[in-house]
Amino acid sequence: MGDYSSEVISNIDRDYIAGFLDTGKRIDGRAFNECRNTEIELDVVAAKAEGSALVRLGDTAVIAGVKVLLGEPYGDSPDKGVMMVTAELPPLASPLFELGPPKEPAIELARVVDRGVRESEMIDTAKLCIEPGKKVYMVFADVYPLDYDGNLIDASSLAVAAALQTAKFDEYKWEDGNAVPTGKKLDLPIQNSAVEVTVSRIGRHLVIDPSLKEEMVQDCRLTIAVDKDDKLRAMQKGGGSGPLTLDEIETSMTMAVDRAQDLHKLIKETIKARKKK
Amino acid sequence: MSPETKPSFLINPEGLRIDGRRTDEIRPIELKVGVIKQADGSASIRQGKTYILAAVYGPRELHPRHLTINDRAYLRCVYRMATFSVPDRKRPAPSRREREISMVIANALKPALFLEDYPRAVVDVFIQVIQADGGTRCAAINAASLALADAGIPMKTLVPAVAVGKAEGKLLVDLGDEEDKYGGGDVPMAMLGTTGEITLLQQDGSFAKEELVEAMGMGVTAMKYILELQKEALKRAYAKKVAIEGEDVDEYEDDLETDLGEAEIAGEEDE
Repeated sequence: MGDYSSEVISNIDRDYIAGFLDTGKRIDGRAFNECRNTEIELDVVAAKAEGSALVRLGDTAVIAGVKVLLGEPYGDSPDKGVMMVTAELPPLASPLFELGPPKEPAIELARVVDRGVRESEMIDTAKLCIEPGKKVYMVFADVYPLDYDGNLIDASSLAVAAALQTAKFDEYKWEDGNAVPTGKKLDLPIQNSAVEVTVSRIGRHLVIDPSLKEEMVQDCRLTIAVDKDDKLRAMQKGGGSGPLTLDEIETSMTMAVDRAQDLHKLIKETIKARKKK
Repeated sequence: MSPETKPSFLINPEGLRIDGRRTDEIRPIELKVGVIKQADGSASIRQGKTYILAAVYGPRELHPRHLTINDRAYLRCVYRMATFSVPDRKRPAPSRREREISMVIANALKPALFLEDYPRAVVDVFIQVIQADGGTRCAAINAASLALADAGIPMKTLVPAVAVGKAEGKLLVDLGDEEDKYGGGDVPMAMLGTTGEITLLQQDGSFAKEELVEAMGMGVTAMKYILELQKEALKRAYAKKVAIEGEDVDEYEDDLETDLGEAEIAGEEDE
């Protein structure tokens, strides 16, 4: 295979990867609906972050860290806290990532992961208010890919979900016009869970959890956020301008819901194992 | 957001430090080589609670081109802290502190490299602080030097680094976070493993001249130890790779030592 250190990919590689799919196989031997080995490691930044998780999806690795700060609420929601996901594509993680302020791919990653958390109402922001109009908790979930071998969205969404659901932060109460710490630690008000699953279209084939090589030849991808009740909470078609048929979208949804059930189970079991420690 | 409080003492009546170390004792260090598959070379370091990753890319084409140096490669070091690596959330944009530290790290590493082998190219060293608990610039150098070796960049030697500081009148090796914040001074330093020449030296706080000379001596002793840890980490990574290729290797391949300028150890051949 060729050298993937630049985004240019030769037609020979392109034909090889796409042609292999016609024989029913993927270049790494996976079935079309088979994901790479998925692991969650919790509390990797235990001493400084309120919550943190490292997710490995095959050779892709992403770390998510949660910080909870005090801040002023937005004018249109004075009694609600703030939740925000941000992402960087650090050049450490891939020869494809360049130095400099976040460009479109980093912004898309952050916004798609953010939408999964927001639209699933994973966090009850009404419970993040200390004093309406004055002080609320601001929850930042920041994503840092460490090793990029494709499908950052799914790895990031899983890391963010795991980090948020295991975060502990200092409680504050409102006293004489000031927020003062009570000395108590709180869990975030978690009321749902959502994970994102990405299906990539290459030619007329649909493959789940695309690797980097597959992403490079894909016509487009569809990312679907699925909550713990199998409801679809957000979608994003991206990764190229290739169109999708309605049938392809429906197939992708089925693949996503199946995979999401496994991921929800994985989050649950990982958190359970942590409690035992 | 965790509110930090000043500890009531930095050295207890028995002469031990806040985390139970002696004054000349460094924190436990765990070095791993080859932790990032996409990179040409990589390493991670855990030094106490400090956790840092370093990746090396190159030598490769330099962009933007106006940075080109005609007779050698450009060494570009970028030190960045994750937003969640510190008690308060760090703003995502690069800070002045991060830029300065990037520069002094590059200067600390440069003398160890044969950059003249790759004119007009760039060797990129990307450093990501995942958790900061004191001594990050020195820990970063320890990891970056290993990542450069892992990338196969021709090197004269590895570069170990450590910070020596002062609290309550006593000199302390390898400052932790509280000792750095509430102590009386900080002297981060790095040296060339073979010659012992100093390639990073900074200072804050107040020291008498004799004190500073003593501090540097303690630093050199600690760095010699860290150098051995770096060599061990490299041997672990490469001895394993040889084993995977199907040969019976119980011991490290000692001829690797010659690349590190350790000709005297290369005498002990494997059977």
